[in-house]
Amino acid sequence: MDGLAKSSAKHAVNPFKASLLNRALWLVVVAYIFYSASSLGLSLERILLGFSESERLLTRMFPPDFSRAGLLMDGVAESLQIAIISSFFGIVISLFIGLLAARNMMPIMITAPVRAFIALCRSFHPVIIAIIFVKAVGFGALAGILTLIFASIGFIAKLFAEAIEEISFNSVEAIRATGASFFSVIIYAVMPQVFTRFIGFASYQLDSNLRNSTMVGIVGAGGLGGTLFSAFQRFDYDFVSAILITIIAIILVGEMLSNLVRRIF
Amino acid sequence: MASTSSNAIKINDLHHEYIAGKPVLKGINIDINESGIVAIIGPSGTGKSTLLKCINRLNDPSSGEILFDGADLTKLQGKALRKMRRHIGMVFQEYNLVERLTVLENVLSGRLGYMSSWDAWRRNYKPEDLKHAFELLEVVGLTDFANQRADGLSGGQRQRVGIARAVMQGPYLLLADEPTSSLDPKTAVEIMELMETFAQRNDIPVLLNIHDVNLAKRYAKRIIGMSNGKVHYDGPPEDISEADLKVIYGGESWMD
Repeated sequence: MDGLAKSSAKHAVNPFKASLLNRALWLVVVAYIFYSASSLGLSLERILLGFSESERLLTRMFPPDFSRAGLLMDGVAESLQIAIISSFFGIVISLFIGLLAARNMMPIMITAPVRAFIALCRSFHPVIIAIIFVKAVGFGALAGILTLIFASIGFIAKLFAEAIEEISFNSVEAIRATGASFFSVIIYAVMPQVFTRFIGFASYQLDSNLRNSTMVGIVGAGGLGGTLFSAFQRFDYDFVSAILITIIAIILVGEMLSNLVRRIF
Repeated sequence: MASTSSNAIKINDLHHEYIAGKPVLKGINIDINESGIVAIIGPSGTGKSTLLKCINRLNDPSSGEILFDGADLTKLQGKALRKMRRHIGMVFQEYNLVERLTVLENVLSGRLGYMSSWDAWRRNYKPEDLKHAFELLEVVGLTDFANQRADGLSGGQRQRVGIARAVMQGPYLLLADEPTSSLDPKTAVEIMELMETFAQRNDIPVLLNIHDVNLAKRYAKRIIGMSNGKVHYDGPPEDISEADLKVIYGGESWMD
């Protein structure tokens, strides 16, 4: 009994007490945040000054000015076209690239470089890719389309590859045993297993391309973003708010459509 | 329908190892000239499935030869191998259907070796293939399920589709890897009946793995007993003795 009492006394010390190191780390994080804020000039006066500026902006944004509907609609049409063309090609190219990157279907000599290419497509934000394409092929919709094709590949080719890697190999084996060629095996045993997931990824990508197509215009790659940027530069804030409301409407409609597509399949 | 040639299939000194130095098949010699069911019995892990998969080359044997339709199957590659596979139908323990396709599509997949991928993509089957598929569905009793998805079927129904798919190939030889193991005893008997029907109807040998000795004795014209990667018994079902079964399965506690 004596021994038991001794050991329980030892265990009465809370083992979850914060250690000295833990406290020191928190101190370092808080200190760094204060240091960064002061070195960036984030003083209280600066913040209050900023808020008064935004009040001015907000009052000038309302009411939204839809009088230049023609210009607005041209931008919308161009953004939609960019989104749809780039989604189509992005998805079709991703189908092949995704297959080439699937490690259960292809030897590593093929999957390794293809996976590196996908990683390259993913590694840059679409804005950076858009700037590169504007420099490479000139201002306009072509640069926007190429940008979003690359962005699509970076995103869904990887998801396609992962979906293919998760299929059951039983039916692949059975279809192979009938003497079917490689492509017939893909069409008959692989595609049916991944089809619904592909539809989901593809509709998600259309949704995200729709959003990004309004953005690439800001760097001169065509679409509604260009209209938005020039409205900002001319201080037409009421027109800016009209454009922003339109973008919100497009995104909502796009999301409704992709939900509908996903529900059908 | 294809008839058996004078030498349907001849396996000479076949070896196979998944891991170097650990052979699964240690010199298999089997010669099948007759049509009808040939049952391979033996304990799990003795290489029965491996042997069947070596025949249609889902596995690559390490050495030996398999003579079939005037060629050595172990030497075939690429297109020649795919062409030869068309003549070997295979039925699987887990049915291995394409779950999301219809029963009819699954049966017609037996013709994929004869079609271009472009035709496969468009489901552009020849009229005679469609007619044959419906005939087979009638034989296996699934006419009403033709347009139903395969994942809605019971095990026995799935295996019937699996058999119809294999027969759809117009095979000279049918392989079946434990076709009854996932089924209840009554359905297992029905599936064996169906195998026998097609063996007679198409006049082809059916080489099947089975671990139910009684079912093997009841349907097989010939039994091959495998033990430890070798053929221990090869002969008619009535001649297999209890001593043989003891050697094949090891021990006797399982017999009653």
